[in-house]
Amino acid sequence: MTVRVQTEPFDGGALLSAFSEGRTHSGGIVSFTGLARSVTDGSAVSTLELDAYPGFTEPAIAGMEAEARQRFPVQDLLIVHRYGPIAPGEAIVFVAAAAEHRRAAFEAADFLMDYLKTRAPFWKKESGPDGERWIEPRPSDYEDVTRWS
Amino acid sequence: MLGRLRDVAGWRERTIDSPPATLAALRELLAREDPALGEALAGKGVQAAVNKTLVRADAPIAPGDEIAFLPPMSGG
Repeated sequence: MTVRVQTEPFDGGALLSAFSEGRTHSGGIVSFTGLARSVTDGSAVSTLELDAYPGFTEPAIAGMEAEARQRFPVQDLLIVHRYGPIAPGEAIVFVAAAAEHRRAAFEAADFLMDYLKTRAPFWKKESGPDGERWIEPRPSDYEDVTRWS
Repeated sequence: MLGRLRDVAGWRERTIDSPPATLAALRELLAREDPALGEALAGKGVQAAVNKTLVRADAPIAPGDEIAFLPPMSGG
């Protein structure tokens, strides 16, 4: 059970390989990698910048991880989240869940992403030729998270 | 000041000498100095934390506390 919040880029494939190694007791692993897009809502984006609150952001995500563990019979979870400047095509977030049976792994990863989208203490700013804008969760993000209440 | 509040304020952190006794009074103090920031702090979904714990809008504060104002959060 691991949560990492970092400015360094990461390779989702490498994280998944390392997470999968030696899992003789898991029936399945589900992973999700979220990427920075070069176009959002028709506007070009050259840089995505995530602001975090060190000392506050990590415990908040650890709390979501603990809740996921309580809700779903998973064997292990890994959450890696970047902050700072992120270029299009680079990974922002990686979530992996290992479980004895697939359903718990799918649900835990889905739950964690819905929670991260609306409750993780990050603030996102997109910069591009049209200027800068702060991005807040979309109404659909808030709707998604109500699926788990 | 986190997220867009940092841009509105033009600063991320500062020290306030002789702070008021409540968060509400601190908001008022900041709003008097900078009405645009005051408006942003009163915006929908803005939360406050004292020493890295979310608190209510009328929470007491004391010298030495770290106060953070947080706009709506969004990861992923």
